[in-house]
Amino acid sequence: MGIPTIKTMGTWLASLAVVLAVGASSLAVADGGAKSPREAMLEGVKGDKCVAPTDDMRRNHMKYLKHHRDETMHQGIRTQQFSLKGCVECHASPKNNSVVGTNQNFCQGCHAYTGVKLDCFECHATKPKATAAFHPIAGQTGGLAANMRKEMGSAQSNVAGAAQ
Amino acid sequence: MSEKQTTNESRRGFVAGGVAAAAGLAIAPGVTLLDMAHARPENEAASGKNRWGLLIDTTKCKTGCTDCVTACFTENGVKQGDKETDPQWIRKVELKDLHSNKTASLPMMCQHCAHPPCVDVCPTGASFKRVDGIVLVDRHICIGCRYCMMACPYKARSFVHEPLTDQNPDVPRGMGCVEACTLCVHKIDRGDNNTACAEACKEGAILFGDLNDPESEIAKRVATYASTQVRADLGLNTGVRYQGI
Ligand code: HEC
Ligand code: HEC
Ligand code: HEC
Repeated sequence: MGIPTIKTMGTWLASLAVVLAVGASSLAVADGGAKSPREAMLEGVKGDKCVAPTDDMRRNHMKYLKHHRDETMHQGIRTQQFSLKGCVECHASPKNNSVVGTNQNFCQGCHAYTGVKLDCFECHATKPKATAAFHPIAGQTGGLAANMRKEMGSAQSNVAGAAQ
Repeated sequence: MSEKQTTNESRRGFVAGGVAAAAGLAIAPGVTLLDMAHARPENEAASGKNRWGLLIDTTKCKTGCTDCVTACFTENGVKQGDKETDPQWIRKVELKDLHSNKTASLPMMCQHCAHPPCVDVCPTGASFKRVDGIVLVDRHICIGCRYCMMACPYKARSFVHEPLTDQNPDVPRGMGCVEACTLCVHKIDRGDNNTACAEACKEGAILFGDLNDPESEIAKRVATYASTQVRADLGLNTGVRYQGI
Protein backbone atom coordinates (compact mmCIF):
# COMPACT_ATOMS: atom_id res chain seq x y z
CA MET A 1 0.00 0.00 0.00
CA GLY A 2 1.45 3.31 -1.03
CA ILE A 3 0.91 6.40 1.05
CA PRO A 4 -1.95 8.35 -0.55
CA THR A 5 -1.78 12.03 -1.30
CA ILE A 6 -4.49 13.56 0.78
CA LYS A 7 -6.28 16.43 -0.90
CA THR A 8 -9.89 15.88 -0.06
CA MET A 9 -11.80 15.06 3.06
CA GLY A 10 -12.95 11.88 1.32
CA THR A 11 -9.51 10.42 0.99
CA TRP A 12 -8.73 11.68 4.44
CA LEU A 13 -11.50 9.65 6.01
CA ALA A 14 -10.76 6.67 3.82
CA SER A 15 -7.20 6.67 5.03
CA LEU A 16 -8.44 7.33 8.53
CA ALA A 17 -10.11 3.92 8.46
CA VAL A 18 -6.88 2.33 7.26
CA VAL A 19 -4.86 4.08 9.90
CA LEU A 20 -7.26 3.07 12.64
CA ALA A 21 -7.05 -0.51 11.43
CA VAL A 22 -3.27 -0.64 11.50
CA GLY A 23 -3.08 1.43 14.63
CA ALA A 24 -0.66 3.97 13.24
CA SER A 25 -0.52 7.16 15.23
CA SER A 26 -0.14 9.88 12.65
CA LEU A 27 -1.98 10.84 9.51
CA ALA A 28 0.36 13.58 8.44
CA VAL A 29 1.16 13.10 4.81
CA ALA A 30 3.58 15.02 2.67
CA ASP A 31 1.66 16.92 0.04
CA GLY A 32 4.13 19.23 -1.57
CA GLY A 33 3.54 21.79 1.22
CA ALA A 34 -0.28 21.98 0.97
CA LYS A 35 -2.12 21.09 4.12
CA SER A 36 -4.37 18.06 4.38
CA PRO A 37 -7.89 18.78 5.65
CA ARG A 38 -6.92 17.18 8.94
CA GLU A 39 -3.85 19.36 9.27
CA ALA A 40 -5.90 22.42 8.41
CA MET A 41 -8.46 21.58 11.07
CA LEU A 42 -5.83 20.90 13.69
CA GLU A 43 -3.77 23.98 12.84
CA GLY A 44 -3.00 25.97 15.96
CA VAL A 45 -4.43 23.32 18.30
CA LYS A 46 -3.15 23.76 21.82
CA GLY A 47 -1.00 21.05 23.34
CA ASP A 48 0.31 17.98 21.55
CA LYS A 49 -2.23 15.42 22.59
CA CYS A 50 -5.95 15.26 23.15
CA VAL A 51 -7.71 14.51 26.45
CA ALA A 52 -7.81 10.81 25.50
CA PRO A 53 -5.95 8.81 22.82
CA THR A 54 -6.65 10.30 19.40
CA ASP A 55 -8.27 7.21 17.86
CA ASP A 56 -10.48 6.83 20.92
CA MET A 57 -11.51 10.48 20.67
CA ARG A 58 -12.44 10.09 17.01
CA ARG A 59 -14.77 7.23 17.80
CA ASN A 60 -16.11 8.12 21.22
CA HIS A 61 -16.01 11.86 21.81
CA MET A 62 -19.81 12.09 21.63
CA LYS A 63 -20.25 9.51 24.38
CA TYR A 64 -17.73 11.20 26.63
CA LEU A 65 -19.29 14.60 26.07
CA LYS A 66 -22.81 13.46 26.85
CA HIS A 67 -21.75 11.51 29.92
CA HIS A 68 -19.87 14.50 31.25
CA ARG A 69 -22.74 16.82 30.37
CA ASP A 70 -25.18 14.89 32.56
CA GLU A 71 -22.74 14.66 35.45
CA THR A 72 -22.10 18.41 35.34
CA MET A 73 -25.70 19.44 34.87
CA HIS A 74 -27.28 17.23 37.53
CA GLN A 75 -24.52 16.58 40.04
CA GLY A 76 -22.32 19.63 39.68
CA ILE A 77 -19.23 17.56 38.84
CA ARG A 78 -16.84 19.95 37.13
CA THR A 79 -13.89 17.83 36.01
CA GLN A 80 -12.03 19.29 33.04
CA GLN A 81 -11.20 16.24 30.94
CA PHE A 82 -14.38 15.98 28.86
CA SER A 83 -15.66 19.48 29.37
CA LEU A 84 -17.04 21.03 26.18
CA LYS A 85 -15.52 24.32 27.28
CA GLY A 86 -12.16 22.53 27.25
CA CYS A 87 -12.58 21.22 23.69
CA VAL A 88 -13.22 24.79 22.54
CA GLU A 89 -10.20 26.17 24.36
CA CYS A 90 -7.79 23.80 22.64
CA HIS A 91 -9.49 23.33 19.29
CA ALA A 92 -10.49 26.91 18.40
CA SER A 93 -8.78 27.86 15.13
CA PRO A 94 -6.37 30.79 15.29
CA LYS A 95 -8.05 32.12 12.11
CA ASN A 96 -11.46 32.95 13.62
CA ASN A 97 -10.84 31.90 17.25
CA SER A 98 -13.68 29.39 16.93
CA VAL A 99 -14.44 25.68 16.55
CA VAL A 100 -17.17 26.39 13.98
CA GLY A 101 -17.84 28.95 11.22
CA THR A 102 -16.03 27.39 8.26
CA ASN A 103 -15.33 23.85 7.15
CA GLN A 104 -11.71 24.36 8.17
CA ASN A 105 -12.88 24.77 11.77
CA PHE A 106 -12.37 21.70 13.90
CA CYS A 107 -15.84 20.58 15.00
CA GLN A 108 -17.70 21.90 11.96
CA GLY A 109 -15.20 20.58 9.41
CA CYS A 110 -15.51 16.94 10.33
CA HIS A 111 -19.21 17.18 11.13
CA ALA A 112 -20.02 18.79 7.79
CA TYR A 113 -18.16 16.04 6.01
CA THR A 114 -19.72 13.20 7.98
CA GLY A 115 -23.16 14.85 7.79
CA VAL A 116 -23.73 14.82 11.54
CA LYS A 117 -25.67 17.82 12.78
CA LEU A 118 -24.05 19.56 15.72
CA ASP A 119 -26.50 21.73 17.65
CA CYS A 120 -24.42 22.20 20.79
CA PHE A 121 -23.15 25.58 19.64
CA GLU A 122 -26.60 27.13 19.50
CA CYS A 123 -26.09 27.50 23.24
CA HIS A 124 -22.44 26.80 23.99
CA ALA A 125 -19.85 29.47 23.27
CA THR A 126 -17.89 28.74 20.11
CA LYS A 127 -14.89 30.76 21.26
CA PRO A 128 -12.64 30.27 24.27
CA LYS A 129 -13.17 32.48 27.26
CA ALA A 130 -11.38 35.81 26.81
CA THR A 131 -8.60 36.19 29.33
CA ALA A 132 -8.17 39.26 31.51
CA ALA A 133 -5.44 40.48 29.18
CA PHE A 134 -7.74 40.52 26.17
CA HIS A 135 -11.12 41.24 27.60
CA PRO A 136 -11.87 44.56 29.28
CA ILE A 137 -14.65 43.26 31.53
CA ALA A 138 -13.22 39.85 32.34
CA GLY A 139 -11.59 41.19 35.47
CA GLN A 140 -14.90 42.45 36.82
CA THR A 141 -16.87 39.29 36.32
CA GLY A 142 -14.26 37.04 37.89
CA GLY A 143 -14.77 38.49 41.35
CA LEU A 144 -12.20 39.09 44.04
CA ALA A 145 -12.45 35.63 45.54
CA ALA A 146 -12.00 33.94 42.18
CA ASN A 147 -8.96 36.05 41.34
CA MET A 148 -7.42 35.45 44.74
CA ARG A 149 -8.00 31.76 44.36
CA LYS A 150 -6.34 31.77 40.95
CA GLU A 151 -3.28 33.46 42.37
CA MET A 152 -3.27 31.17 45.38
CA GLY A 153 -3.56 28.21 43.05
CA SER A 154 -0.43 29.09 41.13
CA ALA A 155 1.39 30.01 44.33
CA GLN A 156 0.45 26.65 45.82
CA SER A 157 1.52 24.69 42.76
CA ASN A 158 4.85 26.52 42.85
CA VAL A 159 5.24 25.51 46.48
CA ALA A 160 4.29 21.96 45.63
CA GLY A 161 6.83 21.96 42.80
CA ALA A 162 9.58 23.24 45.08
CA ALA A 163 8.82 20.62 47.70
CA GLN A 164 9.23 17.73 45.30
CA MET B 1 -16.74 5.48 33.38
CA SER B 2 -14.16 7.18 35.49
CA GLU B 3 -12.46 10.24 34.09
CA LYS B 4 -8.74 9.82 33.88
CA GLN B 5 -6.53 12.56 35.16
CA THR B 6 -4.55 14.28 32.46
CA THR B 7 -1.28 15.96 33.18
CA ASN B 8 -1.28 18.62 30.54
CA GLU B 9 0.23 21.84 31.82
CA SER B 10 -1.65 23.91 29.29
CA ARG B 11 -4.99 23.02 30.82
CA ARG B 12 -6.58 25.66 32.95
CA GLY B 13 -7.89 22.89 35.17
CA PHE B 14 -4.39 22.30 36.43
CA VAL B 15 -4.60 25.49 38.42
CA ALA B 16 -8.07 24.68 39.68
CA GLY B 17 -6.87 21.24 40.82
CA GLY B 18 -4.10 22.87 42.82
CA VAL B 19 -6.65 25.05 44.52
CA ALA B 20 -8.81 22.17 45.60
CA ALA B 21 -5.81 20.49 47.18
CA ALA B 22 -4.87 23.71 48.92
CA ALA B 23 -8.33 24.28 50.41
CA GLY B 24 -8.14 25.51 53.98
CA LEU B 25 -4.35 25.79 54.05
CA ALA B 26 -2.71 28.67 55.87
CA ILE B 27 -1.06 31.18 53.50
CA ALA B 28 1.11 32.68 56.22
CA PRO B 29 1.14 32.10 60.00
CA GLY B 30 -2.23 33.16 61.32
CA VAL B 31 -3.68 33.97 57.92
CA THR B 32 -6.14 31.51 56.45
CA LEU B 33 -8.27 31.95 53.38
CA LEU B 34 -11.56 30.92 54.95
CA ASP B 35 -13.26 31.38 51.60
CA MET B 36 -11.30 28.48 50.18
CA ALA B 37 -12.57 26.05 52.77
CA HIS B 38 -15.87 26.04 50.89
CA ALA B 39 -14.43 25.03 47.53
CA ARG B 40 -15.55 21.53 46.66
CA PRO B 41 -13.11 19.42 44.60
CA GLU B 42 -14.13 19.50 40.95
CA ASN B 43 -14.69 15.74 40.83
CA GLU B 44 -17.00 15.78 43.83
CA ALA B 45 -20.77 15.98 43.35
CA ALA B 46 -22.89 18.68 44.96
CA SER B 47 -24.06 17.62 48.42
CA GLY B 48 -27.49 17.40 50.01
CA LYS B 49 -25.87 18.66 53.20
CA ASN B 50 -25.99 22.17 51.71
CA ARG B 51 -29.00 24.25 50.92
CA TRP B 52 -27.98 27.37 49.07
CA GLY B 53 -30.15 30.42 49.42
CA LEU B 54 -30.38 34.17 49.62
CA LEU B 55 -31.58 36.50 52.34
CA ILE B 56 -32.67 39.86 50.96
CA ASP B 57 -32.97 42.80 53.33
CA THR B 58 -35.58 45.05 51.71
CA THR B 59 -34.87 47.82 54.24
CA LYS B 60 -31.45 48.22 52.59
CA CYS B 61 -32.60 47.77 48.98
CA LYS B 62 -32.83 51.15 47.20
CA THR B 63 -35.78 52.11 45.02
CA GLY B 64 -34.59 52.66 41.45
CA CYS B 65 -31.27 50.86 41.93
CA THR B 66 -30.74 48.00 39.49
CA ASP B 67 -27.12 47.07 40.22
CA CYS B 68 -28.07 43.46 41.02
CA VAL B 69 -29.97 43.14 37.75
CA THR B 70 -27.07 44.55 35.72
CA ALA B 71 -24.55 42.30 37.47
CA CYS B 72 -26.70 39.22 36.91
CA PHE B 73 -27.13 40.00 33.23
CA THR B 74 -23.40 40.66 32.78
CA GLU B 75 -22.38 37.47 34.59
CA ASN B 76 -24.84 35.33 32.65
CA GLY B 77 -24.58 37.03 29.27
CA VAL B 78 -28.22 38.11 29.25
CA LYS B 79 -28.67 41.13 26.99
CA GLN B 80 -30.78 43.85 28.55
CA GLY B 81 -33.43 44.33 25.88
CA ASP B 82 -36.58 46.40 25.58
CA LYS B 83 -39.04 43.77 24.35
CA GLU B 84 -41.55 42.32 26.80
CA THR B 85 -40.48 38.87 25.73
CA ASP B 86 -36.79 39.39 26.47
CA PRO B 87 -35.41 36.97 29.08
CA GLN B 88 -35.30 38.34 32.59
CA TRP B 89 -33.50 36.30 35.24
CA ILE B 90 -33.99 38.88 37.97
CA ARG B 91 -36.14 42.01 38.15
CA LYS B 92 -36.75 44.83 40.60
CA VAL B 93 -40.22 45.02 42.12
CA GLU B 94 -41.66 48.02 43.96
CA LEU B 95 -44.24 47.28 46.66
CA LYS B 96 -46.65 49.66 48.33
CA ASP B 97 -48.93 48.93 51.26
CA LEU B 98 -52.19 50.63 50.38
CA HIS B 99 -53.15 51.31 54.01
CA SER B 100 -49.93 52.69 55.40
CA ASN B 101 -48.33 53.79 52.09
CA LYS B 102 -45.14 52.03 53.24
CA THR B 103 -43.06 51.22 50.18
CA ALA B 104 -40.41 48.59 49.63
CA SER B 105 -38.12 47.72 46.76
CA LEU B 106 -36.81 44.24 46.19
CA PRO B 107 -35.20 41.99 43.59
CA MET B 108 -37.35 39.02 42.52
CA MET B 109 -35.88 35.93 40.93
CA CYS B 110 -36.25 32.14 41.05
CA GLN B 111 -36.99 31.42 44.71
CA HIS B 112 -35.32 27.98 44.57
CA CYS B 113 -38.26 26.25 46.24
CA ALA B 114 -37.80 23.03 48.16
CA HIS B 115 -41.07 21.90 46.53
CA PRO B 116 -40.86 23.59 43.12
CA PRO B 117 -44.10 23.66 41.09
CA CYS B 118 -42.03 24.01 37.89
CA VAL B 119 -40.50 20.60 38.56
CA ASP B 120 -43.92 19.05 39.26
CA VAL B 121 -45.36 20.09 35.91
CA CYS B 122 -42.35 19.47 33.65
CA PRO B 123 -43.24 16.69 31.20
CA THR B 124 -39.64 15.78 30.31
CA GLY B 125 -37.74 16.02 33.57
CA ALA B 126 -35.81 19.06 32.32
CA SER B 127 -36.86 21.13 35.36
CA PHE B 128 -35.16 19.65 38.36
CA LYS B 129 -33.84 20.46 41.79
CA ARG B 130 -30.21 19.73 42.49
CA VAL B 131 -29.52 18.03 45.85
CA ASP B 132 -28.15 21.29 47.22
CA GLY B 133 -31.47 23.04 46.58
CA ILE B 134 -30.70 24.85 43.32
CA VAL B 135 -33.62 24.65 40.89
CA LEU B 136 -32.41 24.42 37.29
CA VAL B 137 -33.52 23.72 33.73
CA ASP B 138 -31.53 21.02 31.98
CA ARG B 139 -31.67 22.66 28.59
CA HIS B 140 -30.43 19.49 26.92
CA ILE B 141 -33.84 18.01 27.81
CA CYS B 142 -36.10 21.09 27.73
CA ILE B 143 -38.56 21.04 24.81
CA GLY B 144 -39.70 24.62 25.33
CA CYS B 145 -43.30 23.81 26.29
CA ARG B 146 -43.36 26.52 28.99
CA TYR B 147 -45.61 24.67 31.44
CA CYS B 148 -43.10 25.61 34.13
CA MET B 149 -43.48 29.30 33.34
CA MET B 150 -47.22 28.97 33.93
CA ALA B 151 -46.71 27.03 37.14
CA CYS B 152 -44.20 29.43 38.73
CA PRO B 153 -45.96 31.72 41.23
CA TYR B 154 -43.06 34.19 41.01
CA LYS B 155 -42.96 34.70 37.24
CA ALA B 156 -39.31 33.88 37.56
CA ARG B 157 -38.77 32.00 34.31
CA SER B 158 -38.24 33.24 30.76
CA PHE B 159 -38.37 31.69 27.33
CA VAL B 160 -35.66 32.46 24.79
CA HIS B 161 -37.45 33.54 21.62
CA GLU B 162 -34.53 34.70 19.49
CA PRO B 163 -31.32 33.00 18.36
CA LEU B 164 -28.35 33.99 20.54
CA THR B 165 -24.68 34.45 19.75
CA ASP B 166 -21.55 35.23 21.76
CA GLN B 167 -22.69 33.49 24.91
CA ASN B 168 -20.51 33.50 27.99
CA PRO B 169 -18.56 30.18 27.89
CA ASP B 170 -19.58 29.51 31.51
CA VAL B 171 -23.26 30.09 30.79
CA PRO B 172 -24.61 28.37 27.67
CA ARG B 173 -28.06 29.67 26.63
CA GLY B 174 -30.08 29.31 23.48
CA MET B 175 -33.33 29.71 21.61
CA GLY B 176 -36.27 27.46 22.32
CA CYS B 177 -35.58 26.75 25.97
CA VAL B 178 -36.83 28.06 29.28
CA GLU B 179 -34.27 29.59 31.61
CA ALA B 180 -34.08 31.35 34.97
CA CYS B 181 -31.75 32.33 37.79
CA THR B 182 -29.32 29.45 38.41
CA LEU B 183 -28.13 30.94 41.70
CA CYS B 184 -24.89 31.36 39.71
CA VAL B 185 -24.39 27.59 39.86
CA HIS B 186 -21.18 27.90 37.82
CA LYS B 187 -19.78 30.24 40.48
CA ILE B 188 -20.93 28.07 43.37
CA ASP B 189 -19.33 25.00 41.80
CA ARG B 190 -15.99 26.76 41.40
CA GLY B 191 -16.11 27.86 45.03
CA ASP B 192 -16.83 31.59 44.69
CA ASN B 193 -19.34 31.13 47.51
CA ASN B 194 -21.36 34.08 46.25
CA THR B 195 -23.70 35.14 43.47
CA ALA B 196 -23.19 38.01 41.03
CA CYS B 197 -26.20 39.92 42.42
CA ALA B 198 -24.98 39.67 46.01
CA GLU B 199 -21.44 40.69 45.02
CA ALA B 200 -22.79 43.74 43.19
CA CYS B 201 -25.12 45.14 45.87
CA LYS B 202 -23.41 48.18 47.41
CA GLU B 203 -25.99 48.30 50.20
CA GLY B 204 -25.23 44.74 51.25
CA ALA B 205 -28.92 43.92 50.90
CA ILE B 206 -28.34 40.46 49.42
CA LEU B 207 -26.72 37.74 51.50
CA PHE B 208 -25.81 34.41 49.89
CA GLY B 209 -25.15 31.33 51.96
CA ASP B 210 -25.96 27.83 53.16
CA LEU B 211 -29.30 27.74 54.99
CA ASN B 212 -28.42 24.28 56.31
CA ASP B 213 -25.17 25.33 57.97
CA PRO B 214 -26.01 26.68 61.44
CA GLU B 215 -22.65 28.49 61.51
CA SER B 216 -23.32 30.44 58.31
CA GLU B 217 -24.24 34.11 58.42
CA ILE B 218 -27.45 33.49 56.49
CA ALA B 219 -28.65 30.70 58.80
CA LYS B 220 -27.85 32.79 61.87
CA ARG B 221 -29.78 35.75 60.52
CA VAL B 222 -32.76 33.63 59.52
CA ALA B 223 -32.74 32.12 63.03
CA THR B 224 -32.49 35.53 64.73
CA TYR B 225 -34.63 37.95 62.72
CA ALA B 226 -38.08 37.69 61.22
CA SER B 227 -37.95 36.84 57.54
CA THR B 228 -40.64 36.21 54.98
CA GLN B 229 -41.13 33.72 52.20
CA VAL B 230 -43.08 35.32 49.39
CA ARG B 231 -46.36 33.42 49.02
CA ALA B 232 -45.56 31.38 52.11
CA ASP B 233 -49.19 30.20 51.95
CA LEU B 234 -48.21 27.91 49.07
CA GLY B 235 -45.90 25.94 51.36
CA LEU B 236 -43.08 25.80 48.80
CA ASN B 237 -40.29 26.41 51.34
CA THR B 238 -38.34 28.92 49.31
CA GLY B 239 -34.56 29.21 49.39
CA VAL B 240 -34.82 32.97 48.90
CA ARG B 241 -36.07 34.83 51.97
CA TYR B 242 -36.88 38.51 52.49
CA GLN B 243 -36.57 40.79 55.50
CA GLY B 244 -38.64 43.93 56.02
CA ILE B 245 -41.76 43.09 54.03
C1 HEC C 1 -30.40 24.80 24.68
C2 HEC C 1 -29.08 25.11 25.16
C3 HEC C 1 -28.01 24.01 25.12
C4 HEC C 1 -27.70 23.18 24.05
C5 HEC C 1 -28.30 23.14 22.67
C6 HEC C 1 -26.61 22.35 24.51
N1 HEC C 1 -26.28 22.66 25.79
FE1 HEC C 1 -24.84 21.78 26.92
N2 HEC C 1 -25.26 23.02 28.46
C7 HEC C 1 -26.27 23.95 28.49
C8 HEC C 1 -26.38 24.51 29.81
C9 HEC C 1 -27.35 25.58 30.25
C10 HEC C 1 -25.37 23.89 30.59
C11 HEC C 1 -25.05 24.12 32.08
C12 HEC C 1 -23.87 25.03 32.22
C13 HEC C 1 -23.32 25.09 33.63
O1 HEC C 1 -24.04 24.89 34.60
O2 HEC C 1 -22.13 25.32 33.73
C14 HEC C 1 -24.69 22.96 29.71
C15 HEC C 1 -23.61 22.19 30.10
C16 HEC C 1 -22.98 21.27 29.30
C17 HEC C 1 -21.81 20.53 29.66
C18 HEC C 1 -21.04 20.68 30.96
C19 HEC C 1 -20.23 21.96 30.93
C20 HEC C 1 -19.03 21.86 30.00
O3 HEC C 1 -18.72 22.84 29.29
O4 HEC C 1 -18.39 20.83 29.97
C21 HEC C 1 -21.49 19.71 28.62
C22 HEC C 1 -20.34 18.73 28.50
C23 HEC C 1 -22.47 19.96 27.58
N3 HEC C 1 -23.36 20.91 28.02
C24 HEC C 1 -22.48 19.33 26.37
C25 HEC C 1 -23.36 19.62 25.35
C26 HEC C 1 -23.35 18.95 24.07
C27 HEC C 1 -22.38 17.85 23.68
C28 HEC C 1 -24.33 19.51 23.34
C29 HEC C 1 -24.74 19.16 21.89
C30 HEC C 1 -25.11 17.77 21.68
C31 HEC C 1 -24.97 20.54 24.16
N4 HEC C 1 -24.36 20.57 25.37
C32 HEC C 1 -26.02 21.36 23.74
C33 HEC C 1 -27.09 24.31 27.43
C34 HEC C 1 -27.11 23.69 26.20
C1 HEC D 1 -5.25 20.00 25.70
C2 HEC D 1 -5.82 20.42 24.44
C3 HEC D 1 -7.01 19.61 23.94
C4 HEC D 1 -8.25 19.49 24.50
C5 HEC D 1 -8.73 20.07 25.82
C6 HEC D 1 -9.03 18.71 23.61
N1 HEC D 1 -8.29 18.33 22.53
FE1 HEC D 1 -8.89 17.13 21.00
N2 HEC D 1 -7.03 17.12 20.26
C7 HEC D 1 -5.95 17.86 20.74
C8 HEC D 1 -4.80 17.58 19.91
C9 HEC D 1 -3.41 18.19 20.10
C10 HEC D 1 -5.20 16.65 18.93
C11 HEC D 1 -4.32 16.01 17.83
C12 HEC D 1 -3.75 14.76 18.41
C13 HEC D 1 -2.90 13.99 17.43
O1 HEC D 1 -2.34 14.61 16.52
O2 HEC D 1 -2.82 12.77 17.59
C14 HEC D 1 -6.61 16.39 19.18
C15 HEC D 1 -7.37 15.51 18.40
C16 HEC D 1 -8.75 15.35 18.53
C17 HEC D 1 -9.58 14.52 17.69
C18 HEC D 1 -9.10 13.66 16.54
C19 HEC D 1 -8.98 14.48 15.30
C20 HEC D 1 -8.44 13.60 14.17
O3 HEC D 1 -9.25 13.07 13.43
O4 HEC D 1 -7.23 13.44 14.09
C21 HEC D 1 -10.87 14.65 18.12
C22 HEC D 1 -12.11 14.00 17.52
C23 HEC D 1 -10.85 15.56 19.24
N3 HEC D 1 -9.55 15.97 19.45
C24 HEC D 1 -11.96 15.96 19.92
C25 HEC D 1 -11.91 16.65 21.12
C26 HEC D 1 -13.06 16.88 21.98
C27 HEC D 1 -14.47 16.45 21.66
C28 HEC D 1 -12.60 17.53 23.08
C29 HEC D 1 -13.38 17.96 24.30
C30 HEC D 1 -13.94 16.86 25.07
C31 HEC D 1 -11.17 17.74 22.90
N4 HEC D 1 -10.79 17.20 21.72
C32 HEC D 1 -10.37 18.39 23.82
C33 HEC D 1 -5.97 18.72 21.81
C34 HEC D 1 -7.03 18.86 22.70
C1 HEC E 1 -12.89 13.16 13.12
C2 HEC E 1 -14.17 13.74 12.79
C3 HEC E 1 -14.89 14.50 13.93
C4 HEC E 1 -14.44 15.59 14.62
C5 HEC E 1 -13.12 16.32 14.46
C6 HEC E 1 -15.49 15.95 15.55
N1 HEC E 1 -16.55 15.07 15.42
FE1 HEC E 1 -18.18 14.97 16.60
N2 HEC E 1 -18.87 13.36 15.57
C7 HEC E 1 -18.25 12.80 14.49
C8 HEC E 1 -19.07 11.74 13.96
C9 HEC E 1 -18.75 10.85 12.75
C10 HEC E 1 -20.22 11.67 14.78
C11 HEC E 1 -21.42 10.72 14.67
C12 HEC E 1 -21.10 9.43 15.33
C13 HEC E 1 -22.29 8.51 15.39
O1 HEC E 1 -23.42 8.95 15.19
O2 HEC E 1 -22.06 7.35 15.69
C14 HEC E 1 -20.05 12.72 15.78
C15 HEC E 1 -20.97 12.96 16.77
C16 HEC E 1 -20.85 13.98 17.69
C17 HEC E 1 -21.83 14.27 18.69
C18 HEC E 1 -23.13 13.57 18.90
C19 HEC E 1 -24.13 14.21 17.95
C20 HEC E 1 -25.47 14.42 18.56
O3 HEC E 1 -26.05 15.50 18.35
O4 HEC E 1 -25.93 13.51 19.25
C21 HEC E 1 -21.38 15.36 19.39
C22 HEC E 1 -22.06 16.04 20.56
C23 HEC E 1 -20.12 15.74 18.80
N3 HEC E 1 -19.82 14.89 17.78
C24 HEC E 1 -19.37 16.82 19.24
C25 HEC E 1 -18.19 17.23 18.63
C26 HEC E 1 -17.45 18.41 19.04
C27 HEC E 1 -17.87 19.36 20.15
C28 HEC E 1 -16.35 18.46 18.25
C29 HEC E 1 -15.23 19.52 18.28
C30 HEC E 1 -14.56 19.64 19.57
C31 HEC E 1 -16.39 17.32 17.36
N4 HEC E 1 -17.54 16.61 17.61
C32 HEC E 1 -15.43 17.01 16.42
C33 HEC E 1 -17.02 13.16 13.96
C34 HEC E 1 -16.22 14.18 14.43
